Amino acid sequence: MTETTGTIFIDGKAVGFMQGQTIMDAALSAQVYIPHLCHYPGLTPSGNCRLCVVEADGRRAAACTTAAKAGQQISNNTAELNAARKVITQMLFVEGNHICPSCEKSGNCKLQAMGYHLGMLEEHYPQFNPRRVLDASHPDILLDRGRCILCGLCVRASHEVDKKNVFAIAGRGADAYLIVNTVSGKLGDSNLDVTDLAANICPVGAIMFKERGYVTPIGERIYDRQHISDVAMHEHVTEQKGDKKR
Amino acid sequence: MTSGKSNEPGTRRIAIDPVTRVEGHGKITLLLDRDNHIQEARLHITEFRGFEKFIQGRPYWDVPFFVQRLCGICPVSHQLAAAKAVDQLAGVDRLTPTAEKLRRLLHFGQVLQSHALHFFHLSSPDFLFGFGGDPLRRNIVGVLEKYPEIAMQGIKLRKFGQQIIEAITGKRVHGTGTIPGGMNKPLSTDWRDALLTEMRDILQWSEQAVELNARIHATHAEHADFATMPTNYLSLVDKKGELELYHGGLRARYPDGGLIFDQFDYSGYQRILREEVRAWSYLKFPYLLQLGETQGWYRVGPLARVNNCDSITTPRAEAARKQFKAINADNLVHDTLGYHWTRMIEMLHCAESIQILLNDPDITGADLVAEKGDRRHEGIGVIEAPRGTLFHHYQVDDDGIVTRANLIVSTTSNNQAMNESLRIVANRYLDGQEITEALLNHLEVAVRAYDPCLSCATHALGKMPLQVELVDAAGVLIHRLVKNSDGRLSGQDGYLHNG
Ligand code: SF4
Ligand code: NI
Repeated sequence: MTETTGTIFIDGKAVGFMQGQTIMDAALSAQVYIPHLCHYPGLTPSGNCRLCVVEADGRRAAACTTAAKAGQQISNNTAELNAARKVITQMLFVEGNHICPSCEKSGNCKLQAMGYHLGMLEEHYPQFNPRRVLDASHPDILLDRGRCILCGLCVRASHEVDKKNVFAIAGRGADAYLIVNTVSGKLGDSNLDVTDLAANICPVGAIMFKERGYVTPIGERIYDRQHISDVAMHEHVTEQKGDKKR
Repeated sequence: MTSGKSNEPGTRRIAIDPVTRVEGHGKITLLLDRDNHIQEARLHITEFRGFEKFIQGRPYWDVPFFVQRLCGICPVSHQLAAAKAVDQLAGVDRLTPTAEKLRRLLHFGQVLQSHALHFFHLSSPDFLFGFGGDPLRRNIVGVLEKYPEIAMQGIKLRKFGQQIIEAITGKRVHGTGTIPGGMNKPLSTDWRDALLTEMRDILQWSEQAVELNARIHATHAEHADFATMPTNYLSLVDKKGELELYHGGLRARYPDGGLIFDQFDYSGYQRILREEVRAWSYLKFPYLLQLGETQGWYRVGPLARVNNCDSITTPRAEAARKQFKAINADNLVHDTLGYHWTRMIEMLHCAESIQILLNDPDITGADLVAEKGDRRHEGIGVIEAPRGTLFHHYQVDDDGIVTRANLIVSTTSNNQAMNESLRIVANRYLDGQEITEALLNHLEVAVRAYDPCLSCATHALGKMPLQVELVDAAGVLIHRLVKNSDGRLSGQDGYLHNG
């Protein structure tokens, strides 16, 4: 670890940070897990999933977009914040079509893993059952918008890392949806490639490789073996080493 | 709708499922004619309503897992039937020997556990305590008290089948396993060895269950004509005409045993089967085209399979088959209660087949996935599920998205037969214009013989809540009796809330 320029306190634990670092990055560097879905190390933070909201000096703030300030007192792993996170997760579940038993991403899905992490045992709210357009036009990649949580990771990955701008989020609020930046709006007409970060970064089952099915047996999937916080640390460390691909 | 059990690592799940399975309410309407005979009986099942619509628009490789959710009891059968269709869609005609054997093993495990559950948990109380026995005792708990050995054998047999499912799919219910062109993991030698150590007991108990059925038959003369009716039968058979649960050609017989067709390639099923829609039922009424709507109905399931086959490949089950056929001098047996006996013969066959497969070196092989060929636009998978022939048919577009799905589930094929059985039993036991408890019990026994998929929802409860209505020739409701899942009865105003 390089020299730190100050110290913040997360749930009482002293965490060093470097000038310009966010609370999220400082925390992850110090092996402190702050729940998140739309943050990915190395990509510009967007603060849209709201799961990483912490209390910094008594005020709620998204850890991924808030800069660490020396002496900051931060509450993170508290019953109250985790209860709020659980509600957000439940809302994400019901707003989309997240049917774990018949979703290939099951066991490899961050949303599902977040549900377990937060002790979510039921969806609680009525299902929206949205009808969103499924795009299977790409020969190798399926875009199932019904499962999109609008985290924007694919948008940022495509723009910042792949330098392609394949995706964008259009509309606002409840009407927001993921679009493909082609004339036809079809993924098949884009230059998205299976090796692109954007094709590999989706935390849920919205961007998937086609015709695979449940290739990874139960027991060997990512979250069968690792807790979501371990995966987050691993992603963080990998990024620090300069390798952005999972 | 939702369960988030967290048991062993790797088996937890959040199950959020908007496809609401039918509540376990059976409803039977008995329609009288002018002379107060029962002219028609209607069993109302709301299962599978519109399920095919949900599959449309989904990618084909998802389908085996999508359809698993049809049922909490026989998900594996749906997964396997769909997987067969998916192989074709992926351009695969032949699996590797290991993958093929793993799927067969999985299927035998599924049939064994389903048959054990049905006989021991749901049906044995009727036989051990009598059809009219105290409803509060006529259940698996009652069997455990009075016949602990039989009940324990049932529980362990079921568990054995579930262990096979878990070994191959990673979970007892709603696991994975099949992928386009193969399987996703090998069977470990640890699992194989563990399963093999139980084989002796499993075979013995299965054999005893067959014996118990033979004894029940011998000591209850009245069973021989309980809803007994000559019908046509449909099932798969293997190339030599032997009993085959996983893959084969279709065979149908007339009630006298004559062949309607044989070794028919199931991918042409639409040329021999039609489904009739009736306004009062969500469940369709399939019939054999060749015989027409009124004559073409048939039965599927254990009784159909044992009647249809010429022999059984495994020796103990074959001996049991001969013993069974002997009750009607080797002709087809039309006893509706014969379903239970044949179910146990099949369970014995599954046990023997499992033993053979576990001893086959291929079963722990590592060559799991066949080379994919050119994608196809149509796939048809047919399997003999515990309750009978199960058809899955999919059409997909160039992108791999399902454009049309057609499922004929076993219970649908037995639809007309169940209604006929009810009509026969109702005519025999209806006394005056009132539905008595005895009548209701006998109706229930008749339906249960078929192990309808209605029980998917009610297996968990152990008892089927049932509502019986008597309607006169003018369409007026004369009487109603309701039995709740705890066995208690309620009359006219005892309406069960619906779903
Ligand atoms: S497709 Fe996946 S990565 Fe892209 S916005 Fe939706 S959830 Fe996020
Ligand atoms: Ni079922």
